[in-house]
Amino acid sequence: MTDQSATPKSFEPVPTAPPRSQWADVWRQFRRHKGALFGGGFLLFITLAVLIGPYLWTVDPQKLNIRFKDIRPIYTALWDGDAKVNWAHPLGSDNLGRDILANLLSGGRASMAVGWAAMVISVVIGTVIGVVAGFFKRLDGLFMRFTDLVLSLPILPLLLVAVTLFRQPLRKNFGPETGMFILIVAIIGITSWMQTARIVRGEVLALKEREFVLAARSIGTKPFKIITRHLLPNVLSPIMVSATLGLATAIITESALSFLGVGFPSDFPTWGKLLSDAVPRMEEFPERVVLPGLMISLTVLSVNYIGDGLRDALDPRIRGR
Amino acid sequence: MKFKSLTVGSVLALSMATMGQAERGSDGHVNVIYWQAPSILNPYLSAGTKDVEASSLVVEPLGRYDQDGALVPYLVDEIPTVANGGVSEDLTSITWKLKEGLKWSDGTPVTSADVKFTADYCMHPEGGCAQASFFDGVVSVEEIDELTTKITFNQPKPNPYGPFMGGQSPVLQAAQFADCLGAKAPECTDANFNPVGTGPFRVKDFRPNDVIQMEANPHYRDAAKPAFATLTLKGGGDAAAAGRAVLETGEFDYAWNLQLAPDVIAKMAEGGKGKPIAAFGSLVERLEMNLTDPSPELDADTRATTKAPHPILSDLKVRKALSMAIDRELLVEVGYGQAGRPTCNLVPAPKVFASPNTDCMTQDIEGAKALLEEAGWTDTDGDGVRDRDGKKLALLYQTSTNAVRQDFQALIKQWWSEIGVETELRNIDASVFFGGDPGSPDTFQKFYADVEMYANNFNGTDPQQYLAAYRCGGEPKPESQWQGENINRFCDPAYDAMIDKLANTGDLNERGKLGIQMNEMLTKETYTIVPLVDRGRVSAHSNTLGGVVLNTWDSELWNAADWYRTE
Repeated sequence: MTDQSATPKSFEPVPTAPPRSQWADVWRQFRRHKGALFGGGFLLFITLAVLIGPYLWTVDPQKLNIRFKDIRPIYTALWDGDAKVNWAHPLGSDNLGRDILANLLSGGRASMAVGWAAMVISVVIGTVIGVVAGFFKRLDGLFMRFTDLVLSLPILPLLLVAVTLFRQPLRKNFGPETGMFILIVAIIGITSWMQTARIVRGEVLALKEREFVLAARSIGTKPFKIITRHLLPNVLSPIMVSATLGLATAIITESALSFLGVGFPSDFPTWGKLLSDAVPRMEEFPERVVLPGLMISLTVLSVNYIGDGLRDALDPRIRGR
Repeated sequence: MKFKSLTVGSVLALSMATMGQAERGSDGHVNVIYWQAPSILNPYLSAGTKDVEASSLVVEPLGRYDQDGALVPYLVDEIPTVANGGVSEDLTSITWKLKEGLKWSDGTPVTSADVKFTADYCMHPEGGCAQASFFDGVVSVEEIDELTTKITFNQPKPNPYGPFMGGQSPVLQAAQFADCLGAKAPECTDANFNPVGTGPFRVKDFRPNDVIQMEANPHYRDAAKPAFATLTLKGGGDAAAAGRAVLETGEFDYAWNLQLAPDVIAKMAEGGKGKPIAAFGSLVERLEMNLTDPSPELDADTRATTKAPHPILSDLKVRKALSMAIDRELLVEVGYGQAGRPTCNLVPAPKVFASPNTDCMTQDIEGAKALLEEAGWTDTDGDGVRDRDGKKLALLYQTSTNAVRQDFQALIKQWWSEIGVETELRNIDASVFFGGDPGSPDTFQKFYADVEMYANNFNGTDPQQYLAAYRCGGEPKPESQWQGENINRFCDPAYDAMIDKLANTGDLNERGKLGIQMNEMLTKETYTIVPLVDRGRVSAHSNTLGGVVLNTWDSELWNAADWYRTE
């Protein structure tokens, strides 16, 4: 038998290229999506900027310097020779002389941290609830009605109530900034997992009737193994997409809270805070509104594009088209 | 929500009638915006300026102060004085005689029984009346006849115009509030939200912390007034939005208290739809030091009450150092411009009561540091924050949400960090902060913070009641439903004695001297109150609204009955 085995082999086509891994395929597809590529690049850039930026641009964002107040960004000198510009403040300074570049960097840190943390929480909760509800029939009704219940909670009023109730104990235990961070992240996290849960449940319901799950079940695989081995990898693409959308929502919600003045302490910069502080002087100093606003919009936009690209790339049926 | 009602307001504003003030209601509708939304229309239950001023459209005192601080009769024909026999020779009683034929907005006659009832209402021992200091020293209020009320004081009152004078002490209708005495006062929601009054307007619809719809009072004493048939008092938003609504878009006719940076107001005024108006009075932006411990670890009955003295701020040296670190000139420049001047006094005007005290004017960082060292606060662990016995010199500094106030907070935080004090900033929505709701932890009366900043003033030209607010026992506390005016929980028997002495002194110059002494006791001697800026009041009215006289001595809406539409 040993000599025979070599013979049929020669009739088979010999693979000329090394086998492609699934992730390489995903990456190839993702690269075709120009928007997603730009989005990814920008998100990487902005994340690095807020992480490393404060070490390179070491101006203290909270440092006041009244003598250097109301400085315009350096680029205004291009069309307005008389503008008050100063290389020490490339993006200008606010009405108390706080450096805008430094504020943008450290404000981005807070906004991005809130966004990522809230997104992770909501994705984890949403996936767990969705998978469990979809897989175990008995829990389905209970979990999904609970999802409907949470879905009907309006997030901003809920946040306002939570801020009133929990601000003091959290502040006492974690300090004003961390306490507020925990509160905001927790509230956004636990009020934005429902979409993920619904999508995941739907996918799981369809998947668990498929042959490969039946096969796995028939060889005695435990439900937990089925979930981790067969279901989760197959629902990864909707999870990824809703995760990116969740990040965007979280950044916007935090901005809204800062804008309403119930978020972080008033001297702790976040993009939303910078934006709201600048509104009264919007006409004279448009850059103070435009810059943080642009940051929020671009980040959210790029994240949405990434989500779009990921959806295309992760779905093998779309891949290659 | 705000923008929706703005458009509704502008549509209504279009329904303006033609000229003239000849007839009641002939000028249609007027829109007023208060960026702090009124939460109650009973000034006896809330000391918040927005509540007092909104109420002043509906309920009126017997007399008011005009723009110069002079007394003007409202529900009476003349202000009682010693000369006309209304005030007794020995200054211990004052007799008010109501106008004849006065009617409440429900058509029933106003009698001296209402006046007496109002006094009982505020002086009720269980009540926790927010304006109790106006009734300081009142022994009895008697009905002499249908229209005459005699108020007797426990001692000669050189300034007997405490009760029923000025917007904070109006007359309530006895029939309406009869069941609302004492601890039941806050429960009478109907009466508190919809008081029957004698003012030019009556409430049609009141949504707390939002909007009040009013209509002309059909029983108002002057048949030709008010010129406006209806009035909308929109509350909430922020000072910038209010300023824009009047100055730039013209959607509103009157905006109250535009606490905005000077450059912002100037820019808005270029909109040309209205004009800012300013006047100096007794309004002082100040830091209030909490002399009691606001730590959340204490139980609700002890926290921020006199049972627990403040662990840091009980020390005069610390309070003084905090004041020394502040550069008031710079605060004025950043926040108020022409509409403010630095001050070290709680009572900046009138002249006879204004202390020459200027010791706080120059910033002295080094002096402040030395003072803290002396008080035992040293930076032992080298983190830039002083400590003593393992406790950090860290303060929570709260105020209402307002761009100028947040700028002040940032500046003051910076100066305090230079002297090694760590500051945590907090800002609370103004409607809540000044709302006086005993259930909320965030009111300025509860003072669950170490330092807080706001502005306050006194009505009229005599600061006696204002200074009497700092009497021992007058502090907000759980037993009084957190009402009370002694925000700092200041208590000094010597000061109380001076309150009593002031109440007994008739000669204006003597009164002035005493007033100055008391003012200095609260400010430069104890730094219980750290005044920052003597603020001019800046409001704005549209170009088509006539008859506005900005009054810093009483409610800004004091003469709303005289407002009319110009074309």
